[in-house]
Amino acid sequence: MGKKLLLEHIDVPGINTLSVYRQKGGYASVEKALKTMTPEAVVEEVKVSGLRGRGGAGFPTGMKWSFLAKPEGVPRYLVCNADESEPGTFKDRYLMEKLPHLLIEGMITASYALGARTSYIYIRGEYFYVAQILEKAIAEAYEQGLLGKNIFNSGFDHDCYVQVGAGAYICGEETALLESLEGKRGNPRIKPPFPAIAGLYGCPTVVNNVETIAAVVPIVNQGGAAYAAIGVGKSTGTKLISASGHIKKPGVYEIELGVPVEEFIYSDEYCGGIINDRKLKAVVAGGSSVPILPADLILKTAAGEPRLMSYESLADGGFASGTMLGSGGFIVMDETASVVKNLYTFTRFYHHESCGQCSPCREGTGWMEKIMHKILDGDGTMSDIDLLWDIQAKIEGKTICPLGDAAAWPVASAIRHFRSEFEEYIRKGHSIKDVKHYYSTKGIPEPAY
Amino acid sequence: MATVQRIIKRYPEGREKSALIPILHIAQAEFDGWLSPATMDYVASILNIQSIEVYEVASFYSMFNLNPVGKCLIEVCRTSSCWLMGAEDVVRHIEKKLNIHVGETTADGQFTLKTVECLGSCGTAPMMQVGHEYHENLTLDKVDELLNQWKAEGKRSRYC
Repeated sequence: MGKKLLLEHIDVPGINTLSVYRQKGGYASVEKALKTMTPEAVVEEVKVSGLRGRGGAGFPTGMKWSFLAKPEGVPRYLVCNADESEPGTFKDRYLMEKLPHLLIEGMITASYALGARTSYIYIRGEYFYVAQILEKAIAEAYEQGLLGKNIFNSGFDHDCYVQVGAGAYICGEETALLESLEGKRGNPRIKPPFPAIAGLYGCPTVVNNVETIAAVVPIVNQGGAAYAAIGVGKSTGTKLISASGHIKKPGVYEIELGVPVEEFIYSDEYCGGIINDRKLKAVVAGGSSVPILPADLILKTAAGEPRLMSYESLADGGFASGTMLGSGGFIVMDETASVVKNLYTFTRFYHHESCGQCSPCREGTGWMEKIMHKILDGDGTMSDIDLLWDIQAKIEGKTICPLGDAAAWPVASAIRHFRSEFEEYIRKGHSIKDVKHYYSTKGIPEPAY
Repeated sequence: MATVQRIIKRYPEGREKSALIPILHIAQAEFDGWLSPATMDYVASILNIQSIEVYEVASFYSMFNLNPVGKCLIEVCRTSSCWLMGAEDVVRHIEKKLNIHVGETTADGQFTLKTVECLGSCGTAPMMQVGHEYHENLTLDKVDELLNQWKAEGKRSRYC
């Protein structure tokens, strides 16, 4: 069994309540930080831990924190990104639903380190019931003096609020999130300035993912070095993986970074193997945005080394033969799945979710969806594959925020590794026409053939 | 209104507009599950902002309905993992059962069917959301059971 730092007590009855959570040692990190550590010392521990942003980008958290500007008399904010919307990702929902106090504890400790007197948890609107769980936990924390004025008699005051979004994937991008929190459309901002300089209300702000903030708790409790001792290389600590698709045991698993991918998919401790013992075809390892890999490349690198669940190992080989850990949204497809149809759901997703601000993304995502539909419809031509390739290449790197890249990479990787499947759809044309879903989702009557 | 005032207090002075999205959720829940221009104008007056500032936000976010919806709004996730696990069949089944297409409302105004993008229920796919309820690990039998029950009780989606 791997070490559990976040989910250790998840099965304890009543762990969502403050009393049980405290019996299990909850809020010790707040007490330790406020009573015995300077804010700088907390930041230092996080740096030593090697913790990297768990939302998808994997940027070192300690470094992000150290960029925070600290002008006199200007408030600073900590904003928790709980807008989890990356297809294949549901770990934050699980964590907040089962262990709301772990997030709130992390919010207080991290806010102390950053000198933030106010923090917001921006949660996607669809997770309304989770927001209610958080609200209840926050109310409990206020009652016990863990939030509010003079926490643990340290002189540190802190208020934490839950803000509910309203359905927009783009608001998971940190500057779009800040716009949304200010009551505007979720259009990402041009950077610089980065939020660390001018974030919420123009004030210095740190935006961190739910899991990142929760990880601050064990880091402060056990020390950054102990956290860094877990994992492999620059992938330190544990990571929550959301496993879904054609596996026997879908769910959220906390792994020590560095577990072999093969073990993760097939061992009973994790996914338990493929449904009906069918063959593995492909995996999207880190949420919809990361390149899809065929079975042979996800299990072993191009050099033949076993692939590990770590930032570096999954990225080994670059995009030619590798992928990314991303948000840890691990979607498994067996031999019966169509990569082309799965890609269609992704292109439709990115078209729907593009904020429309940058032309390459606004126009390109819609164009790619149309071509994918045409191919599924049996009307594709071989040149459509090249056109798709061309469009994705013209979106990548040419937009204000990374949604453009996220829309391009799944297309590029599907063509790179599964070109023959596209060709088969095109060659066989109408004989494999399978468009019922398209008509049903567009709300138009299905034509009779 | 007390709730609205409490929400506004979460933000620094002069930043009350931050309350817009939470208030729109409340307004939508109060006014039959959708936001009419009159409702949005009312929200603008509460926050002392221009109506256009409300319209542009309401039209950006997919959870805000700018047209009337049935008493019970059914939203089926259609993205990757849900699709892999049979979301299409669920959509087709509900369409047949209710005799409507996606995007339509039943003649009696009871049900509206929509498809939505990933709702973070990939490990419990396929799924649908009704108001704030998640219904997960769906099978066609389970969908039948739920639809029959909702029809019988005249279910209303809860939004807040």
